Amino acid sequence: MARKLLLEHINVPGIHTFDVYRKQGGYRSVEKALKSMSPDDVVEEVKKSGLRGRGGAGFPTGMKWSFLAKPEGKARYLVCNADESEPGTFKDRYLMTYIPHALIEGMIVSSFALGAKTSYIYVRGEMMPQIRILEKAIDEAKNAGFLGKNILGSGYDLELYVQPGGGAYICGEETALIESLEGKRGNPRIKPPFPAISGVWGCPTVVNNVESIAAVVPIINDGGDEYAKVGIGRSTGTKLISASGNLNKPGVYEIELGLPVEEFIYSDEYCGGIANGKRLKAVVAGGSSVPILPANLVLKTVSGESRLMSYESLAEGGFQSGSMMGSGGFIAFDEDQCIVRNTWNFSRFYHHESCGQCSPCREGTGWMEKVLHRLEYGHGKMSDIDLLVDVSKKIEGNTICPLGDAAAWPVASAIRHFRDEFEWHVSNPKEAMERNYGIGNYADPLPANEVPVAN
Amino acid sequence: MAVIYIDNVPYEVKAGKNLLEACLSLGFDLPYFCWHPAMGSVGACRQCAVKLFKDDQDTKGRLVMSCMESVRDNLYCSIEDTTAKAFRSQVIEWLMTNHPHDCAVCDEGGSCHLQDMTVMTGHAYRRFNYKKRTYNNQYLGPLINHEMNRCIQCYRCVRFYKDYAGGKDLDVFAAHNNVYFGRATDGVLENEFSGNLAEVCPTGVFTDKTLKEHYTRKWDLTMAPSICQHCSLGCNIIAGERYGELRQITNRYNGDVNGYFICDRGRFGYEYVNSLNRIQHPLIRSHVPEAVNRETLFDHLKPLLSGKVIGVGSPRASLESNFALRQLVGENQFFSGVPETTAEMMEIILSVFNTGDVRIPSMKETEEADVVLILGEDLNNSAPRLALSVRQAVRNNPVEVANTINIPAWHDAALRELVQSEKGDCFIAYPVITKLDELASGTYYISPDEIARLGYAIANFLDPQASAVPDLQGNMQGHAVLIGNSLQKAKNPLIVTGVSLQNPSIIKAAAAIAAALGEGDRKAMLAVVVPDCNSMGLAMMNAPSILNSTALSTIGSPDTLIILENDLFSISQEAQISEILDRSTNIIVLDHLHNPTSARADIVIPVGTFSEADGTLVNNEGRAQAYFQVYMPKNENLRESWRWLSDLKNLRDGTTDANNVTPHDLIRQLADKMPQFTGADQAMPTADLRIKDQKIPREPHRYSGRTAMNANLDVSEPKPPSDPDTPLSFTMEGYKGLQPAPLNSFFWSPGWNSNQSVHKYQMEVGGALYGGNPGVRLFNHINPGDRSYMNGIPPRFKPDKENWEMLPLPHLFGSEALSSLSKGIAELSPQPYVAINSMDAESLNVDEGSILQVIIEGVQYELPVKIKPELPARTAGLPYNLQELTGIKWPAHGQLVKG
Amino acid sequence: MLRVTETEHVDFSSELLSKFGEIVKRYPEGKHKAALLPILHLVQAEYGWLSPASMERVAGYLDLKPIEVYEVATFYTMFFLRPQGKYVLEVCRTGPCCLVGAEKIMEHLENKLGVKEGEVTADGQFSWRGVECLAACGMGPVLQIGPEYTFHENLTSESVDQLLVDLKNKDLSI
Repeated sequence: MARKLLLEHINVPGIHTFDVYRKQGGYRSVEKALKSMSPDDVVEEVKKSGLRGRGGAGFPTGMKWSFLAKPEGKARYLVCNADESEPGTFKDRYLMTYIPHALIEGMIVSSFALGAKTSYIYVRGEMMPQIRILEKAIDEAKNAGFLGKNILGSGYDLELYVQPGGGAYICGEETALIESLEGKRGNPRIKPPFPAISGVWGCPTVVNNVESIAAVVPIINDGGDEYAKVGIGRSTGTKLISASGNLNKPGVYEIELGLPVEEFIYSDEYCGGIANGKRLKAVVAGGSSVPILPANLVLKTVSGESRLMSYESLAEGGFQSGSMMGSGGFIAFDEDQCIVRNTWNFSRFYHHESCGQCSPCREGTGWMEKVLHRLEYGHGKMSDIDLLVDVSKKIEGNTICPLGDAAAWPVASAIRHFRDEFEWHVSNPKEAMERNYGIGNYADPLPANEVPVAN
Repeated sequence: MAVIYIDNVPYEVKAGKNLLEACLSLGFDLPYFCWHPAMGSVGACRQCAVKLFKDDQDTKGRLVMSCMESVRDNLYCSIEDTTAKAFRSQVIEWLMTNHPHDCAVCDEGGSCHLQDMTVMTGHAYRRFNYKKRTYNNQYLGPLINHEMNRCIQCYRCVRFYKDYAGGKDLDVFAAHNNVYFGRATDGVLENEFSGNLAEVCPTGVFTDKTLKEHYTRKWDLTMAPSICQHCSLGCNIIAGERYGELRQITNRYNGDVNGYFICDRGRFGYEYVNSLNRIQHPLIRSHVPEAVNRETLFDHLKPLLSGKVIGVGSPRASLESNFALRQLVGENQFFSGVPETTAEMMEIILSVFNTGDVRIPSMKETEEADVVLILGEDLNNSAPRLALSVRQAVRNNPVEVANTINIPAWHDAALRELVQSEKGDCFIAYPVITKLDELASGTYYISPDEIARLGYAIANFLDPQASAVPDLQGNMQGHAVLIGNSLQKAKNPLIVTGVSLQNPSIIKAAAAIAAALGEGDRKAMLAVVVPDCNSMGLAMMNAPSILNSTALSTIGSPDTLIILENDLFSISQEAQISEILDRSTNIIVLDHLHNPTSARADIVIPVGTFSEADGTLVNNEGRAQAYFQVYMPKNENLRESWRWLSDLKNLRDGTTDANNVTPHDLIRQLADKMPQFTGADQAMPTADLRIKDQKIPREPHRYSGRTAMNANLDVSEPKPPSDPDTPLSFTMEGYKGLQPAPLNSFFWSPGWNSNQSVHKYQMEVGGALYGGNPGVRLFNHINPGDRSYMNGIPPRFKPDKENWEMLPLPHLFGSEALSSLSKGIAELSPQPYVAINSMDAESLNVDEGSILQVIIEGVQYELPVKIKPELPARTAGLPYNLQELTGIKWPAHGQLVKG
Repeated sequence: MLRVTETEHVDFSSELLSKFGEIVKRYPEGKHKAALLPILHLVQAEYGWLSPASMERVAGYLDLKPIEVYEVATFYTMFFLRPQGKYVLEVCRTGPCCLVGAEKIMEHLENKLGVKEGEVTADGQFSWRGVECLAACGMGPVLQIGPEYTFHENLTSESVDQLLVDLKNKDLSI
């Protein structure tokens, strides 16, 4: 069994309650931090741990914390990003549902480190049950003296509140989340200024993912150096992977970073192979926004090395032949799945979730959705495929927030790796309406050169 | 200064600006939508992308939005980069996916920023072949048309309307490419500046509905630089004509005055020019028929001019016309046609301006104030454009903190977020709630006398040399200390006051505060709202009011009374005016519209409005500005008042002018006669000014139809009218390059057909026009020595059970007579009412809407009650100068009786 | 565009108002606009949708202009601006759920309820719609039912049928 840092006690009955959680050693990190450490010490440990943001971007958490401005007379805020909405990702829901105190504990320690007196957990509005669970957990923690005034006699005060969203994927973007938390439309802000300078209500703010904050608990308990020993290279620690799609055992798994992808898919400890005895066609390794990879490229890199579940290994090969760790939403496609349909589905998602602020995303996502719909339903033209590539390339990198990239990559990568399937949809429209393309000829590792792009 | 490299060529630019501004200022054509020079950057449209390089070695670079990039030394960028160009073209293609192809039937066509930008990026072929999304449009009132399908979601409308102008009823709804800009429901846009939406919108979503009634493309209009006639601020406008009809007013940028925006009264109040009520012919009442030709008129007039002739000048007529009248009748026979109290207040204002103890700010300068005190003005209704400036002052004050964390001044979204709802200090003392109250840190709903007393108390707090206020209540003293402390801390305080409440003490008190705040050469700003577009100019001629009792005694019984562009019955009580008119054997009225005064005249002479005449006006800050005739009216009787009056003088004297009299000549003579007008002649260019030997055209070079537009009358093309009075020509012929700023008939530049072309006329984006902003300021005296204060502290206001104090409450729509003749504005004007507070209503036993008899000096009005709970006790507000409520002698007291 | 046609009068119960009061306390002074989303959720839970009148009341409570509430309410997908069925069945329609049959579930629901997406059944009990990812991809297909947002995972046609029967029989417990 691999090492578990977050879900170690997940199977203990009643672990969602304060008492059981405490009995299993919960809230030790709060005691340690508040009684024996300065806020800067906590930041230092997190820096040492090498923890990288678990929400998708993978930015080092300790570094993010150290950027927080500390102007006099201004409050500072920690906001937990629990607006989990990336298709393929459901780890935060799992963590909040089954072991909510891990998040609360992490919030207290992190807030202490940042000097926040009020912190918010921004939970997506659809997760009303989780909101109720968290509110109950907060009450329990407060009753036990871990929240409120003068926590554990340390003189440190903290109020923690849960804030529901309203149903908008874009609010997972930290500045949109801040806007939404302020009761406004979830339009992302232009950075700079970064939230660390001007965030919630113009005050310095840190926004961290649920899993990142929960990971602070083992980091403080065991020390940053100890945490950094887990994992591989700059991918330190463990990561929650949400496995979905055509797998025998979909679900949330805590893995040590560096686990081979092949082992994750096929071993019985994890996903147990492809469901219904089918063959693996493709994988989206880090949530819907990361590039899709055909089975061969997800199992092995172009250089023939075994691909590992780590930030670096998943990204190896760049856009040509790699993908990204993202938020750890691992979606497996079996041989019967249609890549065109799935790409259309994803682009419909991104069109629907575009906030409507900047032109490339607002207009581009809708356009891509329409083209893909036409391809999927047998009315496409060959030129549509290049049109999609062109439009997606122009969106990429040119929007206010990363939603543009998130919408562009799935389309661009699907065409990059499954162009034959798209072309088949155009050349055999009737057949494409009746059956799927199947596993096709994707299996050969492709030479690493760019598909010609028409401008 | 910083050196930046654009496509490898070094340029010296001003640091602190963003790259888009710098590129535009350098003359590059770079497309944009969401950025606006007055509203800053939000980086939303992604249209202004350029390639940015790390250094001169970097060849890869990355796309950035130039509006979001601060200019700094050694910045390397490329506008011509192929990726950047392809991306800019792609942005247009994106926007076009849902933009209809209806340019041919769109009001914006031909002056559309989106069209210009589309052509600029080279985007021509659309690969999008799906259904476009469509919306329902809304009814937004009689002034603005809504066509949402054309929207390209640049968010400028809400940024202007909500954030800049403080509007509360326009917003953005829904998300992704379904976002909708409009009201929650159909209805009239409530903000005073809604008309600017038509200019702020880069395409045809918001357009001028009054233009729709007689639509003309921009290129087919004959246009002239003009000055708004509907309040005292002197906003610069462009007036456009076709087929002898005035068709559109748009903003004319003047960096010192109105900048990019004008108010709705100014934009939509032009329709009186086209009124059926225009005086078309000279009329001699005793003649049959009344309408006569010029010869008959002159024959009839000649004997009337040789006796004792009294002239009554007008605050809405030009300096030229007033001066020509003064020349005709002689200095001692020249009176001003303004109410006595107004004249008294104007005298006070002039003496304050002449002391040099205060700084008279331009509107641009008021935007830089850090603390604002408004005494006795409801700016949104009395001087709306100034309200917009004050709003910017209050809104921008906390922005200073942004500098400390390196947020540049143009980064609008970040600034607003950082400052949150923090505002600069603003205090308002006025009897009722005003729209600016929402920005105020303190509001005081008190009677006019109490406002003056509060003002004096503040002055006394600031400088004990200023007289103490006797019998001051404790709470008033508290307010005075609070306001005084804030003003004292301010680096750049602004006091705003004016004549609206008809209380001279308020102006004295405001002047005392401003004077008390001054130190040596550093004077506090005092902005004063005066009644009409040339109230200041007329007042500077130092003529006594015709209603002044000593003046009246000198008049005696004149043979002839000449009344210039002035409906005297609207400024005081009928009996008083009749008494004056009855003294004279003959009454000559020069005006453009029939009104009660012209009805009493024996001789009526038709004159041109601002669109048929040239002239010079002096605005509230003492800035002389010229307006130019827009078109030559078909009706040759519609001549400038000054031309008629000069003719009458020749007629009487039996002389002839060697040359055509031009407005410049008149102004020069005026300045010679009255040194206070020195410099005003600089505002009105000489008629023989030529640029490269050419006149300046009033028509764009694409003007069409001139060979055909009169074909129904005569198939041969008529000789175009010539303009001997100014350097402008009435046709498209003439100098096509950059004109001197006061003579900009329209803003146009190759590739820039919309009003966005204005930056081509500015020395730097958002800055002054080439050659300096138009207008010449006539008060420039700063007194570094001892300051002086004027006395006149009124006694404490005591509510009087019998004699109510009547308060004139100005309304944006309705209180200015000429604009009220526009259909849309008439529709939006309030119905007459009498406002009282709830307690008074209770004591009178009336409710909202009950009818009260209001008796003022024996004249009885039946008015519905409007409850304004904040009104001081025993004061009653009347909508100022509504057509139904003209002829009140202000300040007024009266009785309220339940009807 | 919002069609503000309703004129009905809305009075919030004192219980609801006291919940609002609790929420407003979570934010620094003057920043009560932040309470807008949580309060709209409570109002929708109470009335089943956000009528213009109720939004206007919320605006009044938070000292906002009604339009500021409309602006926000129309942005977020969870807020119903038209009356819905008593139970709104929201089926996830995004990629991973579709890999395991979400589209079939929606088809089944449409047939079973006899109404199209977004429509309300004649008895006013049900409406359904496809929604974007509900973050339960490993348990797909999934649907949620407001206002409590109870969650139903690993759906099959049979389990959906059973769910409808259960809903018809009794109100769901949380």
